[in-house]
Amino acid sequence: MSEDGKKKASYNVPIGPIHPALKEPCLFNFKMNGEVVEEADFAPGQAHRAIEWMGMRRNPVQIVHLTDRICGICGVSHTLTFARCVEQIAEIEVPERGHYVRTIIAEYERIQSHLLWAGVAAHELGFDTLFHLCWRIREESMDVIEYLTGNRVNYAIIQVGGVRRDFTEDQFPRIEKSLKYYEDLVGKMLKLFLEDKTISLRSKDCGVLSYDDALQLCCVGPTTRASGVNMDVRQDAPYAAYGDIDVTAVLPDVYGGGINGDVYDRIVVRLFEVVQSVGIIRQCLDQMPVGEVLWEKKYPKILAACKKAVGEASASVEAPRGECFHYVRMNGKPEPEAWKVKASTYSNQLAWLKMVTGEQLADLPIIVASIDPCMSCTDRVAVVRNGKRDVLTKEELHRLSVEKTRRLMQ
Amino acid sequence: MTKNVISPQQVADTLTQKFGDGISKLTIKEWAEGSKKTKTYSIWVYLDRSLLKDAIRHIASLDFPHLSVISGVDCGDHIDLLYQMSIFFGMKNSEIKLALVVPVPKDDLTIPTISDIIPGAAYGEREKQEMLGVEVVNIPDGRRLFLPADFPEGVYPWRKDESGITPDMVKELYKVGRPTDRPVPVVKPKEKKKPVKKETPAKEKTPAGENVVPEPVAEEKPEVKNDE
Repeated sequence: MSEDGKKKASYNVPIGPIHPALKEPCLFNFKMNGEVVEEADFAPGQAHRAIEWMGMRRNPVQIVHLTDRICGICGVSHTLTFARCVEQIAEIEVPERGHYVRTIIAEYERIQSHLLWAGVAAHELGFDTLFHLCWRIREESMDVIEYLTGNRVNYAIIQVGGVRRDFTEDQFPRIEKSLKYYEDLVGKMLKLFLEDKTISLRSKDCGVLSYDDALQLCCVGPTTRASGVNMDVRQDAPYAAYGDIDVTAVLPDVYGGGINGDVYDRIVVRLFEVVQSVGIIRQCLDQMPVGEVLWEKKYPKILAACKKAVGEASASVEAPRGECFHYVRMNGKPEPEAWKVKASTYSNQLAWLKMVTGEQLADLPIIVASIDPCMSCTDRVAVVRNGKRDVLTKEELHRLSVEKTRRLMQ
Repeated sequence: MTKNVISPQQVADTLTQKFGDGISKLTIKEWAEGSKKTKTYSIWVYLDRSLLKDAIRHIASLDFPHLSVISGVDCGDHIDLLYQMSIFFGMKNSEIKLALVVPVPKDDLTIPTISDIIPGAAYGEREKQEMLGVEVVNIPDGRRLFLPADFPEGVYPWRKDESGITPDMVKELYKVGRPTDRPVPVVKPKEKKKPVKKETPAKEKTPAGENVVPEPVAEEKPEVKNDE
């Protein structure tokens, strides 16, 4: 059959809109030649909720809590970015301690998000023991976030002009305990992920994204850093307390293996960022100033300041998945004239097409998961789902992936 | 990999030098956060549409930009497209944010594609086509991005004029109510609380005891009465 190459038919494998790797919907279409992906295409927009449209009919103090709901995992990133936009337009100065509280919560969010991802990655490779271990460890950061903000998700901690709750003196021992917990576990986690033969076999030279592609496709976050692009908003344009702290972008060569831009490098970057986050929280706790955390305690006054504001501003924040960017234009009315949300996955999705071309079907779950996609962040407009589609379910794909791991281990 | 970093003022100068009259407004904004008040800069350039590609090429010659997003605002008679990017990233506090604001008149809603210079821009351009109705000339992939296939043609969600979302397209979820073709939920309406409320005045009826007996005991009393 392979002799008469012209007749060898390539065929299409649609995957989705139920997501092949995560719990979120996205429709993929792969043009396959045997086991190898020749061409890929995808259609996002299966989880649209019209959040920007809703935002343009609400005032900033309301929108802050709406932004919490853009994404369940990077809640604080979107609220922080939006609040920073409005603060720039209305020239509201956040108290110093407010910046530190923001930074600490943002870093805990990074820890829990990266560990959640590490668990998902392990699961996609069929390494479920590690998946359970990761999620068990992740609980510690979730507990601390709940202890500090009152909520596990949708923290509702950020307000325009600062944060809504301060840390009390008796909360610091709990933070310290969690930092110690992670510091003790770091060595074990690095060993389990990076020295494991199964993970290396499946993730090295798999889903490669070159430096040039990462730069030209405007990728962000761990995805682009794994390809060697030195870009981290915390370092490049420091916000909140990051200007006071020593932060440098984590590139995969921290582990000594060079920069290859494959799935393995994305694991390296994320794991070392967890280590880095623990360090950042330590630095914040050491330098934390005393004082107020909110520009104005009376919310009607915050709202009045926002209503008067005229102008436009953009802000970006390094969310766990990369740059989260908001643009707001206000024109003296309570509701903004324009509000654009750019979530990190928005920038990273195009990279999928480069990553999956030439790869095997069984590798797709881990490659798709390797950018840590968050569809709810990216899709934000109204939606009707229509008709039936022929789909490969997540379970089938997952089974393929597990079978490949087994084959490799034999 | 060292970059030739120049100050925001110098970037602005090179832009005004090169494009002169094509720039209708240029502002450099400064913002500082944290205890050390670390300053970050953003340059906002209001630019003529015909100069967009040249401007992007010029910026790319300084440093290949990271295009964050293309935003768009419906301003009535024209649409502002904002090409928001950053340059000089990769070092501590060296990044400069750049926003190229390009007004596009509504009677001629076209804009050249920049995806030949920045391939990643194609994604944002597809979004602008479907959300604002701006035609991106020579776009490599003109399909819809986020909107579903059955979304009506000629409706652009970000527009504020008659081609935007009309009120009849908006579903007010709180008004929808329960679907009529499904069985009624088995949960009984909450009526149990009412008799409890009737008991509470009974508690109040024994105020004489309150002075002598502490409250918890006072609560127990009506229960005993009920048992009897």
